Amino acid sequence: MAVSKKDVEHVALLARLRLSEEEVEIFTNQLSQILEHAGKISQLETLEVESTTHPLPVKNVYREDVVKESLSKDDALLNAPEIESGAFKVPKII
Amino acid sequence: MSQTVTKNKYETTIGLEIHVELLTNSKMFCGCKVEFGGEENTRVCPVCLGMPGSLPVANKKAIEYTIKAGLALDCDIASFTQFHRKNYFYPDMPKDYQISQFDKPFCLDGHLDVDTEGRHRKIRINRVHLEEDTGKMLHQSKTGRIADASYSLVDFNRAGTPLMEIVTEPDIETPGEARAFMQKLRRLVLSLGVSDCNMEEGSMRCDANVSLRIKGEKELGVKTEVKNMNSFRALQRALEYEVLRQEKLLNEGERVLQETRHWDADKNITTTLRSKEEAHDYRYLTDPDLVPMEIPDEWIEEIRNTLPELPNARKERFISEYELSDYDAGLLSATQVIGDYFESVLKIFNKPKTVANWIMGDLSMHLNAEGKEMEESPIKPKSLAGLLELIDKGTISGKMAKDIFQEMYETGGDADTIVKEKGISQISDESSLLAIIEEVIEANESSIEDFKSGKQQVVGFLVGQVMKATKGQANPQVVNKLLKEALAKH
Repeated sequence: MAVSKKDVEHVALLARLRLSEEEVEIFTNQLSQILEHAGKISQLETLEVESTTHPLPVKNVYREDVVKESLSKDDALLNAPEIESGAFKVPKII
Repeated sequence: MSQTVTKNKYETTIGLEIHVELLTNSKMFCGCKVEFGGEENTRVCPVCLGMPGSLPVANKKAIEYTIKAGLALDCDIASFTQFHRKNYFYPDMPKDYQISQFDKPFCLDGHLDVDTEGRHRKIRINRVHLEEDTGKMLHQSKTGRIADASYSLVDFNRAGTPLMEIVTEPDIETPGEARAFMQKLRRLVLSLGVSDCNMEEGSMRCDANVSLRIKGEKELGVKTEVKNMNSFRALQRALEYEVLRQEKLLNEGERVLQETRHWDADKNITTTLRSKEEAHDYRYLTDPDLVPMEIPDEWIEEIRNTLPELPNARKERFISEYELSDYDAGLLSATQVIGDYFESVLKIFNKPKTVANWIMGDLSMHLNAEGKEMEESPIKPKSLAGLLELIDKGTISGKMAKDIFQEMYETGGDADTIVKEKGISQISDESSLLAIIEEVIEANESSIEDFKSGKQQVVGFLVGQVMKATKGQANPQVVNKLLKEALAKH
């Protein structure tokens, strides 16, 4: 298997996902299959091929340093589950 | 301080990571205004709030500023570069990742040299990259510290501000050296005009990696990362504390834990910054929303042409052009403002050594006493030049100049005006001085004999008497000359 159960548990933790035993089993299989499939590329001769760092043939896109209007404070806080003193209120961190 | 290196068996290794907020008008990837403070969450938009579907576009000015800093630090500028996502869960970034750079930063392999603690030190710069600043957290507890807080408030006004990160190699050997390096770096960045480098407002921040190893050992010891040092003083003291702490642990046969430590400036200690997170696993990936960047040589040259005369080059020019000593030239080129001040005075009063002495002497002394910077000097270059001209012409004596200088500093007035108002000009007029001299000689008749018998020191005594009679306003050189003539005639 290209992916171990431990890998899946680690990635789930990093992504803050709680997985059941069953799910860990399922994803270990599925992720392994995906990686094994993608791994086929390593059987090809790619020495002459330049590595792709971006899927689009676009580069050098910049904006000038110009100030634009921001959201209103009310709109900015619209999605906040909790607000206090005009700020996003978040639960205890540590 | 440096005793930790010289006195005992350990040597200290310090590397710095410096974050500098760039002085752009707008944020790194959106058009929200960059400003310090202000009402919470009023300079935010879908991009810096990480709303789904929003698209970041890189601020060209911020890139130019970063390349400019890289050039000033003698870095190689990358011809191909990219932005990456640094993934982590923390409420200061609404996207749950920070746009930063990973293996393709804008600038690599530079250095900044400092002369400190009697040594010339070349501190290598590993890299200079560009990222976005995070939001500001207000931890709700009495101490304001995260560990004690029951909840936190987040203000995203700062989120997305262009942030340049400068990373040194672990080339720094003492806390004092770290401080000297930071001071020099701050002056350099200020002279480039790419940041206001305000440490208290956090537009320049510094973290330090510190480790100790037994002298001569090849491998570095276990390091700690020290954070929250908001001034040069705090940096030095925090490092001094941390070096001693590690030394004590090692001497007691204990191990240094690799961890992040928080400098507590009130208690003068560093403490563990507890974190529930497991070892950092940022899973950097190229940001698919931001396309790769090719930096053409022409652009780099264009930016190079905007570089001001850098402190080192200016110092060399001061030595060759004005024949200043290495020490004087170093001080006068230390900041853009001091160098500009010096040269502005010279434009009117072209005696470099005299001007240098006054700037580094009386002016610096007054400014230092009030904790002021040169740009806040109440005496403008033109006024100082005016004062020096009056001394040069003999209108006032050097001693009078000191008093007038004091008055100028307090009132911001011109030397000329003060001299006229107070009538404190020097008496150089021979006829009025001669009358006083005759009086003084008459009152000290024996001095004539003394003088004629070769006792030259009597002249000094008589000059003193004349100065006293004129309340210090007589020109001593003229008095000296006239006295000798008068004594010889008697």
